[in-house]
Parts: sequence; structure tokens; C-alpha cells
Amino acid sequence: MSIVSFRFVTAASMTLASFALYASASEAKAPSLDDAAGRYDIDSSSQINFSVDQVGGGGISGKFGKFSGTFQLDGGNIGRSVVQFALFPETVQTGEPRIENFLRSSAIFDTANHPKITFRSTKITQTGEDTAEIEGNLTAKGTTRTEHFEAKLTKWNRNVISFHIQGGVYRTRYDMSAGIPVYSNIVQFDMIVNGQKH
Amino acid sequence: MLRNRRDAFGWGTIALHWTIALLIIGLIVLGYAMTRPNIDPALQFDLYQWHKSFGFTALALSVIRVIWWLANKHPAPVAGLSTLEKRASAITHRLLIGLTIAVPLAGWALASTSTLGIPTFFFNRFVIPHLPMEKSAGAEAFWTDMHAILAYSLAGLVLLHASAAFHHHFLRRDTVLMRMLRSERHES
Ligand code: HEM
Repeated sequence: MSIVSFRFVTAASMTLASFALYASASEAKAPSLDDAAGRYDIDSSSQINFSVDQVGGGGISGKFGKFSGTFQLDGGNIGRSVVQFALFPETVQTGEPRIENFLRSSAIFDTANHPKITFRSTKITQTGEDTAEIEGNLTAKGTTRTEHFEAKLTKWNRNVISFHIQGGVYRTRYDMSAGIPVYSNIVQFDMIVNGQKH
Repeated sequence: MLRNRRDAFGWGTIALHWTIALLIIGLIVLGYAMTRPNIDPALQFDLYQWHKSFGFTALALSVIRVIWWLANKHPAPVAGLSTLEKRASAITHRLLIGLTIAVPLAGWALASTSTLGIPTFFFNRFVIPHLPMEKSAGAEAFWTDMHAILAYSLAGLVLLHASAAFHHHFLRRDTVLMRMLRSERHES
């Protein structure tokens, strides 16, 4: 099925679960609230991309190969929805093995002692028709801090939901300051997160 | 007296000589230490950046010295040196001057060809661009070897050069070492 457009509707409440999918005019039939609500597992087709700028232009970009997570979408109230996510920094990929090993080492992730990075949302606020801000606790290398991400709904049907999620994280907060100021303190995340209905 | 005279080195030469000497010895020790395999990776990254900044400082001063060397007259060798000794010292000095340029240039080439692509951020102040060279694992390995071979050859020559200076000072008791320490007229 080709998706022509989609957006959050329900003029009054504009809740996440109330977004409607406009397919071709002939089959335009908004899914019901109950359809959208539910639990989704983040699936391995998702792309957890990140980049770190370097002085003078360019930078390091890469992605994580192994991760897992869920969305718990509340039909009536987007604020009550919850996102949970975990990734395994050991699976970082940058195309340069020496950079990957550096990232895994004690200088950055210290994967030997901290194999998992986790995120759990604490507050989700709708910011537009198809956008929301996710606030939550990010735990990495033994430190937990509050972070914010911008989510944009990019795809939805009965079984699959996709978000484009972006956000910057200051790595100094997590004792990962190696390489500053040659490499930026800010790690920019640019993720395509696909959920499969449970 | 800033410039060299026929019978003595000027302060310009003496200051450049010892500043470069200190930098080179420091860079060799640092270069060796930072490439040890079991070093802490965060420390290693920082040491590499210091090495590049000091390495470029050494390169800049060495270039200035070559110009200074060409623009100044050279004091005559101290009396009592055999032709062979004069020859050997002239060759050693030229090799030393050449290597102080070649070693950092090879370092620059290695940083430029490295597939890591780490910028050189001179003392965290400004970026020194990479040389226009193709990045590849092969080129990086080649220039890494060249840089190491040239640097340790330079270390060997520095030892030879310093031994010769001490030999002159303590055994021959001539003015060879002293005239590179003080800009004074000496009887010759
Ligand atoms: C007179 C100046 C310099 C001296 C005497 C010097 C000396 C050395 C020495 C002794 C090593 C260790 C070699 C080994 O054991 O493998 C080294 C490594 C290195 N040098 Fe220099 N260096 C100089 C300038 C530079 C410059 C200007 C750069 C870069 C812009 C540079 C970049 C490097 C790098 C990246 C390494 C590590 C190579 C590796 O990973 O094995 N050096 N240097």
C-alpha cells in the first residue's frame, strides 16, 4: 500500500493515537483509536545513526547494530505513552575499526564494564500535528541524565509505526569527554525507529 | 650579538639550536611513549594531539633555522680539528638540519594520509590542514614507517652529535660546546 500522506488529526485533542492515515481517497478510512494504542517492539530494521562533528568540518558518523525497545502508546493521552530503549555500544559501526575500538574502550563507552545504554521516557509532549518531544532518562557509563529528543511520525499502519527521532547529547555528562575539542562534545542522533505491533 | 660572526655564533643561532634540541628530544620521548600498545586510550589520544602541535612547532622553527643558517655566515671550525673531523661534523650537521625538516614532514604526511582523518588542531587554536594526499591504509602505513625510521635515525644522530660535543668539552677541552652556549669572542 502506498502511503500518500498522514498526520495527526483530531482537531480538538490532537493526541498521538488519534492520528489518521490518509491513503488514496477511495480507501480513506481513519484507523480507530484502539488500533493505534498498544505496545510496539522496536525492530531491527530501525537505524540508530549518530554523528560527532570535528573541528574544521566533517566528523565521525556511525550507527549501532544491536538495540531493543518498546513503545507503549496510550490511545487517549499521548502524555501517558512510554518509550523504552536499550542499545549495546559494543555494536558501534563507523567503517573504521580503530575508531570503533576507541569508542568501545574506557575512553568512551567502556563496553567491558558498561555493556548497555538505556533510555526511558518520563514525559512525552505533543508539539505539532505529527511531532512530539520526548523527555527521559538516559543511562550510560553508570550515569543517568535527562535528555530530550524530537520525534516525528513518518509512517503508520495497522502493524507498523515509524518515527524519525533526533536529538543532541552532551557526552561530557557521561564521562565520555575524550577527543574534545578536536571532536565536538555534542553527539547528534538521527534515528529511524520502527515499531512492530505486539 | 644576534647574528653569527666569523669567530662566534650569535644569539639567534644559539636560541634556535637549543629550543629545537629540546623540542626534538621531547618529541622523540613523547613519540615513543605514546605509541606503546598498552597505553590508556584517552591519554593516548591527547598525547598524539600534543605531539602534532609540538611537532609543527619544531617544523616551523626548523624552517626558520634553515633560512637563518643560509642567511648567516658560519663561524670557522675551532682550531685543532683534522680534515676528517671537519668533514664528519659538516656531514652530521647537514643531516641533522635535513632530518629536523624531513621528520615532521613525514609526520604531517602520516597524519594527512591516515584513514582516521584526525584534524591537527594546533594547541587547540587553529586547524592545520592536511597535505593534499590520498588517504589510504597503505599510504598511512608507509608514512608511519618513514616517520619512525627517520625519527629514530634523528635520535641516533642527536646522540652522536651530543657525544661529540661532550668529547670536545671534557676530553679535548676545546670551545666546541661552549661556543654554542655563549655568544662570545674566543681565542682561536
Ligand atoms: C621533529 C619533529 C618530530 C619528531 C622528532 C617526531 C618523533 C616521533 C617518534 C619518535 C615517534 C614514534 C615512532 C614509533 O615508535 O612508532 C612519532 C610518532 C608519531 N608522530 Fe612524530 N615526530 C615529529 C613531528 C611530528 C609531526 C609534525 C606530526 C604530525 C603532524 C607527527 C605525528 C606523529 C604521529 C601521528 C605518530 C604516531 C604514529 C603511529 O601511530 O605509530 N610527528 N614521532
